[in-house]
Amino acid sequence: MSAPLQLPKAVKDAILGFNQASRRNFLKGSGALVISLGVATLPGANVFAAEPAAGPYPDPDFLQLDTWIVIHPDNTATFFVGKTDGGQGTGTAFRQMMCDELDIAYDRTSLIMGCTDITPDQGGSGGSDAIERDGIAMRRVAAEARRVLLELGGQHLGVPVEMLTVANATIALKSDASKQVSYAGLIGGKRFNVALGGRNVDAIIVKAAVKPVNELRVVGQSLKRYDIPGKVDGSLKWAVDMKLPGMVHARNVRPPLAGATLQRIDESSVAAVPGFIRVVSRGNYVAVICAREEQAIRAARQLKVEWKPPATAPFPASSGLFDYMRTATPSSVGEAQVVGDPAGALAAAARVIEAEYEVPFQGHSAIGPAHALADPSNGQMTIYSNDMKAYGLRNGVARFLDMPREKVRVVYMDGPQVYGRTAADDAGFEAAFLARELGRPVRMQWMRDEETAWDTKGPPYVFKLRGGLDAQGKVVALEYDACAADHNHLGYNEPDTVLIAQLMGRRPERPARGSAEAPSTLYAIANRRTTTRIVGMPLTWETPLRTGNLRDPNGPQVTFAFESFIDELAAAAKADPVQFRLDMLAVAGEDGVFRKARSLAVVRAAAKAYGWDTRQSPKPRTPAARGNLLSGRGIAYTYRSNTIAAVIAEVEVNRDTGRVWVKRLVCAHDCGLAINPEGLRHTVECGMLHGLSRALREEVQFDTEKVTSVDWASYPSLRHSDTPEAIDIVLVNGDPNPNRPDLAPYGAGETSHKPLIAAVANAIFDATGVRIRRPPFRSERVLAAIKAANT
Amino acid sequence: MSIVKLQVNGATHEVDVDPSTPLLYVLRNDLDLHGPRFGCGMGQCSVCTVIIDGTAVRSCITPVSAVRGGITTLEGLAKNGKLHPLQQAWIDEQAAQCGYCQNGQIMTAKALLDRNPDPSDAEIRAAMDGALCRCMTYYRVQAAIRRVARGTKTAGAVK
Repeated sequence: MSAPLQLPKAVKDAILGFNQASRRNFLKGSGALVISLGVATLPGANVFAAEPAAGPYPDPDFLQLDTWIVIHPDNTATFFVGKTDGGQGTGTAFRQMMCDELDIAYDRTSLIMGCTDITPDQGGSGGSDAIERDGIAMRRVAAEARRVLLELGGQHLGVPVEMLTVANATIALKSDASKQVSYAGLIGGKRFNVALGGRNVDAIIVKAAVKPVNELRVVGQSLKRYDIPGKVDGSLKWAVDMKLPGMVHARNVRPPLAGATLQRIDESSVAAVPGFIRVVSRGNYVAVICAREEQAIRAARQLKVEWKPPATAPFPASSGLFDYMRTATPSSVGEAQVVGDPAGALAAAARVIEAEYEVPFQGHSAIGPAHALADPSNGQMTIYSNDMKAYGLRNGVARFLDMPREKVRVVYMDGPQVYGRTAADDAGFEAAFLARELGRPVRMQWMRDEETAWDTKGPPYVFKLRGGLDAQGKVVALEYDACAADHNHLGYNEPDTVLIAQLMGRRPERPARGSAEAPSTLYAIANRRTTTRIVGMPLTWETPLRTGNLRDPNGPQVTFAFESFIDELAAAAKADPVQFRLDMLAVAGEDGVFRKARSLAVVRAAAKAYGWDTRQSPKPRTPAARGNLLSGRGIAYTYRSNTIAAVIAEVEVNRDTGRVWVKRLVCAHDCGLAINPEGLRHTVECGMLHGLSRALREEVQFDTEKVTSVDWASYPSLRHSDTPEAIDIVLVNGDPNPNRPDLAPYGAGETSHKPLIAAVANAIFDATGVRIRRPPFRSERVLAAIKAANT
Repeated sequence: MSIVKLQVNGATHEVDVDPSTPLLYVLRNDLDLHGPRFGCGMGQCSVCTVIIDGTAVRSCITPVSAVRGGITTLEGLAKNGKLHPLQQAWIDEQAAQCGYCQNGQIMTAKALLDRNPDPSDAEIRAAMDGALCRCMTYYRVQAAIRRVARGTKTAGAVK
């Protein structure tokens, strides 16, 4: 029943044997026997025969059907896609979409992702658009394969295509099911040799049409993820597990003070460490190489290095961050967006509310520190990595090492979470650089303190909002001003922004522009002014306070401020927070993807699922609530691209200790067509809990010399004891709807994450009457706020 | 370097290492096991957890020379080709996202259920509190533990 290539094995094969050489020959099909429709036999019998992959590694041709789909002689299929799966089950979803179009059972297929020389460049992952954007190309090529197979089937059976039916990878006469031929019988082990059209991989043009939604059968099923069994029995080989003959271990030695300059390395300090091989340094970049991993760790700790402190402080202490940001000269100022006459409307308003909000640096802090293995054999460079953008890593390393792209490949393997641009990039560049220096395979892994202090961070923000209410409590004007410290953004594997390049003294022509975002909201407010600006830290380069996309890069910060402020306006208007939002959505304009109607539906669905009773916040104190536990509920709503989410948090606040426990979370979510509803629910759930961690625990702390958040004690994260006791997720319009054959799937990786901080802040206000305008809502901050309000 | 004898998943191994080497690197690099992984090297996150004589132990801070007793790793939970009930529950609940930390989640849960087969929710939370997950799969991990402890079928069921 199972395909011969269950994925863990297939990925292993992709790495260890599968096999670039035979795959390459397969794709070339040189000297092959050509039969009808250009179908060619395979030069070797087995596509997956184990041969060394000597390189070079030219790009797979995305305009060849054979690049995407192979039909095996046993009537199974392997799909090749240029994406990566950070743990949200997108690989399973890709297979489901392709199975539907190809008409093959899910368990007769396997999927290979993100290996730059054998999968077409679809950019890896990012932006939660894998299913929305890249899924279309996958569906089209699978539909085209089915179309070609039907034509072949018609020739084989001697009838026109119209007389045929297809199911489970077998083509049969509609009138006589005994007359049939399997896909394998037509093409097993042979090439399609069918060219596709289109300018780029997202715009592939095929002759076949994809199926309407109401004909999809695999899509919409909650199939179990294929990667989980290998992850719970220990059989899956991860990027962190890769080993090669002759491999040695590397660890970095970072400057102890941000902006320090290397003066001298005393190599004799580690010469006696068993297994010591070499210290490699270039500029301010220092690494130690040893035969064994524990030896490299010891040597990196023991190595004596003299550093010269920087002349001026690299950044303010985290306690002074927001004062610094408010007064720093902006490096760029966004053009003011003005609608109506906000100044006039505020002047005429019955009531004006004003509030400032702050969000600190928050980190990726992957559970597994950054790592990669690089192999310089045969004058090529192969990097085994979990980098979500495998193709970008390949291109970046080629430029960094000044190697032709064809000589560099990246083999994507599973790894710790990648919710944006992480140090996985950095480790890949470092391993490749060191492998070339040593002329042998080098495995790099960061240590915990390095990961927490030096990994990329989500930018901090300060906000100032002003809103005007008329006499009826309606919002007539809103001014939004956002300032983000975001000036040294880790880009997309550029060879001059990764940390090793910075430490070596390479600099891009100018720092990244960074961004301070405006809120994504559909609320109809007649008079609005939106202003944004960016400030940088004094030290732009070689700094641990470097920013990089962190799960909806600006959304949690911006939505926290904006949706908190909407709640403040609702409270000032003595309005119910849900009804207040619905009223502003109801008069909004509609757009092409019906975001207004869908927003209204989502907010209503969340309120209904929660059992929301209409009343204003804060919750009136009843005599029964005299204990130390105060409860309350809060809502926040947002959209991200075409996906809508509303989250309701129910909190319990201990007024004696300040501890906040989010007891229940409800999310109503509309991302259009749900490919795998259970997988979607899990992603929505974990996106919320990741947001909860940022709401309750996470803050990067630093003094004026270095980042002092260096482990799980100094950078606390959500824990088991913080978990809500109930989580309810409503997929609004989430299932295939037979009445909407064109319903598109939208992204789901980040939207539920975005409103979480705001929902919790609003719930704390409802419970306590205290508005906390700066996460994380750790006990000491909440307790201080409660005490301040009561004195 | 010296010869150290280890009992791992029922088999005896001899490795020639510095006796102060943390057990984690011996398991991963000498015995080629993939279950325990490096997370912090400080005993804070549980990603490296193995079970030694019924106790969940952080292999990243346990010198190989200090090990007394048989070691069970994630790879050793399945018996005769059948997954351990916790592993099956993890699949049934689809508990993982990226899965990197799940070794620590499963091994910590196993040590809990071995000493307390029917823990309350509060006991589950307390016992699991040191097992960190940055994908935040806690809700489903707890549901999977309940599923094994109580045969609970509902992900969100709370005792």
